[in-house]
Amino acid sequence: MAKKKLILVGNGMAGVRTIEEILKLTKDQFEITIFGSEPHPNYNRILLSKVLQGDTEVADITLNDWSWYEDNDIQLYTDETVVKVDSDRKVVVTDAGRVEPYDEVIVATGSVPFILPIPGANKEGVTAFRDIKDTEIMLKASKKYKKAAVIGGGLLGLEAARGLLNLGMEVSVIHLAPYLMERQLDPMAGKMLQTELEKQGMTFLLEKQTQEIFGEERVEGLRFSDGTEIEADLVVMAVGIKPNISLAVESGLEVNRGIVVNDYMQTNIPHVYAVGECAEHNGIPYGLVAPLYEQGKVLAKTICGSKTEPYKGSVLYTQLKVSGVEVFSAGDFTEGDDKKAVKVFDEQDSYYKKLVLRGNQIVGAVLFGDSSDGNRLVSMIQKQADISDTMKVSLLQPTGQEAGASLVATMSDDEIICGCNGVSKGAIVSAIQTQGCSSVDEIKACTSASRSCGGCKPLVAEVLQLTLGSSFDSKQQKEAICGCTTLSRDEVVEEIKAKGLTHVKEVMFVLDWKTEEGCSKCRPALNYYLGMVNPTGYEDEKESRFVNERMHANIQKDGTYSVVPRMYGGVTNANDLRRIADVVDKYEIPLVKVTGGQRIDLFGVKKDDLPKVWEDLDMPSGFAYGKSLRTVKTCVGEQFCRFGTQDSMGLGIQLEKKYEGLQTPHKVKMAVSACPRSCAESGFKDIGYIGIDGGWELYIGGNGGTHVRGGDLLYKVKTEEEVIEITSAYLQYYRETANYLERTSAWVDRVGLDHIREVLDDKEKRKELNARMDKALSVIEDPWKAIIEDKKLKKELFETVVTS
Amino acid sequence: MVNKNISKVLIGSLQELPERLGKTFHVGNMELAVFKLSNGKVRAIENRCPHKGGVLSEGIVSGDSVFCPMHDWKICLEDGLVQAPDTGCVKTYPTVVEGEDVFLLIE
Ligand code: SRM
Ligand SMILES: Cc1cc2nc3c(=O)[nH]c(=O)nc-3n(C[C@H](O)[C@H](O)[C@H](O)COP(=O)(O)OP(=O)(O)OC[C@H]3O[C@@H](n4cnc5c(N)ncnc54)[C@H](O)[C@@H]3O)c2cc1C
Ligand code: SF4
Ligand code: FES
Repeated sequence: MAKKKLILVGNGMAGVRTIEEILKLTKDQFEITIFGSEPHPNYNRILLSKVLQGDTEVADITLNDWSWYEDNDIQLYTDETVVKVDSDRKVVVTDAGRVEPYDEVIVATGSVPFILPIPGANKEGVTAFRDIKDTEIMLKASKKYKKAAVIGGGLLGLEAARGLLNLGMEVSVIHLAPYLMERQLDPMAGKMLQTELEKQGMTFLLEKQTQEIFGEERVEGLRFSDGTEIEADLVVMAVGIKPNISLAVESGLEVNRGIVVNDYMQTNIPHVYAVGECAEHNGIPYGLVAPLYEQGKVLAKTICGSKTEPYKGSVLYTQLKVSGVEVFSAGDFTEGDDKKAVKVFDEQDSYYKKLVLRGNQIVGAVLFGDSSDGNRLVSMIQKQADISDTMKVSLLQPTGQEAGASLVATMSDDEIICGCNGVSKGAIVSAIQTQGCSSVDEIKACTSASRSCGGCKPLVAEVLQLTLGSSFDSKQQKEAICGCTTLSRDEVVEEIKAKGLTHVKEVMFVLDWKTEEGCSKCRPALNYYLGMVNPTGYEDEKESRFVNERMHANIQKDGTYSVVPRMYGGVTNANDLRRIADVVDKYEIPLVKVTGGQRIDLFGVKKDDLPKVWEDLDMPSGFAYGKSLRTVKTCVGEQFCRFGTQDSMGLGIQLEKKYEGLQTPHKVKMAVSACPRSCAESGFKDIGYIGIDGGWELYIGGNGGTHVRGGDLLYKVKTEEEVIEITSAYLQYYRETANYLERTSAWVDRVGLDHIREVLDDKEKRKELNARMDKALSVIEDPWKAIIEDKKLKKELFETVVTS
Repeated sequence: MVNKNISKVLIGSLQELPERLGKTFHVGNMELAVFKLSNGKVRAIENRCPHKGGVLSEGIVSGDSVFCPMHDWKICLEDGLVQAPDTGCVKTYPTVVEGEDVFLLIE
């Protein structure tokens, strides 16, 4: 049978997903052609927010790369826009003049951002936030300009605003409604969100209507209807989207707000279908991927002529992707009429949770502060679950673990676990039973569950738990250390110990690595584990070190390096400063900067100069590049400060001298403050010390980086000896049990504070940990000095050869 | 066609090249990264990653690939191709080993 010709117009998330669904059903029924206006293969639009926030790069968000199209024999035309679907002749016509016949055609043209029809909207520096091009405009503007204005305080606007803050801009958000995200949140949650974002540095102008964008060629500011103005050199319009129906209109399809489709995604014209944000089902055009993927499934079956349930609409839910705030809303969350709300509001901890019930049925929810129950609630709403009073109480608790576990158990097989990818509980169970999946990662590879936003990981883990029973322990969830092996970190470390493995290649050979020499993920990890297991015998393998740790300096974007000498406890003296100054002059070092870690950084040192710079500095390495102890910040303390109760500088220097050079799974930072005012920011360090009258408090697991986490109080102790003893035990336990590249903050969350305390409470264990720590410390030498003295190494690593 | 413009540049001895570590060479106004792989082969590529110009000589070498130290793109040293999911390529330069001497062939 000849293949039918299938054309997809719109190379975006919903359309390509539909093609994937079709390919799952049949590989040879269709000859497929895809047209897309954008010059890229299909990418994950959702993650543009993360790109802007700096968590990932444009290059990393591709969903289907070029080879996917090739492998599936799909003819792809990018950068080409379809201008008409001519259903009389059954062809599509493109702006490149191409005329392509079809048997079936899918219109998936997405949405277009809504641009306010105000004067100045077309000025340079005004952009929407929809695609890679817009994102690049913002990234570029942030390098040159300072002031950004985001019009629209909804999901998109706030994610853009957060991104621009991360890019170093001052950001004002202008919003018409009296509170933020009014389409997803109630006033209470909207206000809490505002407070939180103000803390992060955003400025809000609420109930403001923008009237004009002024400026010469480029935007210079905004004027509002009340006559006030602000300055801005970048304006992001995020006031909404509208279904992209221009092609549909041109082609005579029935449209309302979107392209009108029935329960099988058919338009009014035979053989023409619509899916995604451009389609309107039952009066609703959807603007989130989960419903679009559901539509794609139904459409794939319809086109392939398989039996399918009709599409009946979706429960909407959203989560704000802004680091440091958790906001979630689902279903119908406004109370009133026959709907009643149950709420918990904890002002102190900024925590708010609301369930909306109709009778006993849960129909909507809003979460602020902790959204971990989100997925669970969505599935209850989808099921229109009845909830009892006891369940009501447990659901409202900050962590509804018990209620949750039983919930997954009560879900039927066809209920969706991963909303984004439409993976049902049944599909996951069958992947476990028939394909032998035993980890969240394996399930992701087999079924796509958790592949998009990752929010459903806890639910997937629960399904695993339920299906595998006691043999599955979510805490011990096996995650392979990289694609080169199926073994987890614990298994690898176990094998290293049991078989006495001594170098990286041997580990990979004995443990049946899939690649001969590993990759950039496993090699540094194995190098660390080997050194951790056998500190005195193992010879560090520089070929398996990431550049910074091989060169003992931090590489810069232009290939030069930065140099940070030790400045114990942030305390320096005239001699050291003088030497630094001399080195800066002699080697013409372009930038000298005081770091956030209380020391001095020399930026832009040439590779060849590094050993000479170190030699002239004659100071130990500050390990500012290492998975190692970085700095110990201190406050001035009792020697000078009127509040100081302890010698913070003294303890800080002692700690830094003791642990400098120690290899750890990720970097370790410390801070010592002499009183609870905590001027050295002890609350946000891997270990923080706070002096109190007659002793010290030890805080662990703090982090001031990507995922801010306040430290947990571990112990209060009386003497500095106890401080050191506990620090050693704690750090050694971290070294022995954490995954490579796992900061203490994540590790403490994973293994649990109680567990750590239990281990350290045990006097015997504490002693053993201390002994192993001392052994690890006994072999440390200053790497800069070692390199200066090793001619061969100097030549191998730092020499640039010039031939003519 | 005759290779009229190819010149052979001596860049050092095989023994001096560190195994599985890159070395930077300036040849004329070009900057190259030269690697001695664990199978003893010598490979040379232009020392700029097609992504954002990372210096490839400083990357982790595995088999016949190098991982860019900036954002971890994986680049094949045999043909200079960037490996999926990323795309692009860097220029490669043929090398010849004669006894202990390592030469680059440059057009
Ligand atoms: C130099 C410094 C910025 C400054 O000019 O002040 C700095 C510079 C870098 N930081 Fe930082 N961080 C510096 C203080 C901090 C701080 C503040 C602090 O330590 O008090 C933080 C937040 C606190 C924390 O870590 O909990 C910080 C959180 C990060 C993170 C996020 C870590 C996290 O767990 O989320 C990274 C990324 C990473 O390590 O993977 C990072 C990574 C980096 C790297 C190494 C990025 C890289 O790989 O190239 C930067 C090197 C720049 C360069 O070219 O040399 N830097 N970085 C600071 C050096 C302090 C020092 O003396 O050692
Ligand atoms: C910054 C951002 C963050 C988001 N965050 C989330 C989130 O957290 N969760 C969530 O569920 N959703 C989120 N979304 C929404 C989600 O990305 C969209 O719902 C989804 O991409 C819609 O898929 P689609 O295929 O309908 O449209 P699109 O992905 O927009 O694809 C349509 C494609 O068709 C092309 N096209 C249009 N007309 C033509 C034509 N005539 N010829 C050829 N090609 C054409 C367009 O250029 C476009 O590439 C976010 C969106 C953005 C912009
Ligand atoms: S120094 Fe730190 S915060 Fe600044 S750009 Fe580099 S990694 Fe980001
Ligand atoms: S510069 Fe090489 S991966 Fe980005």
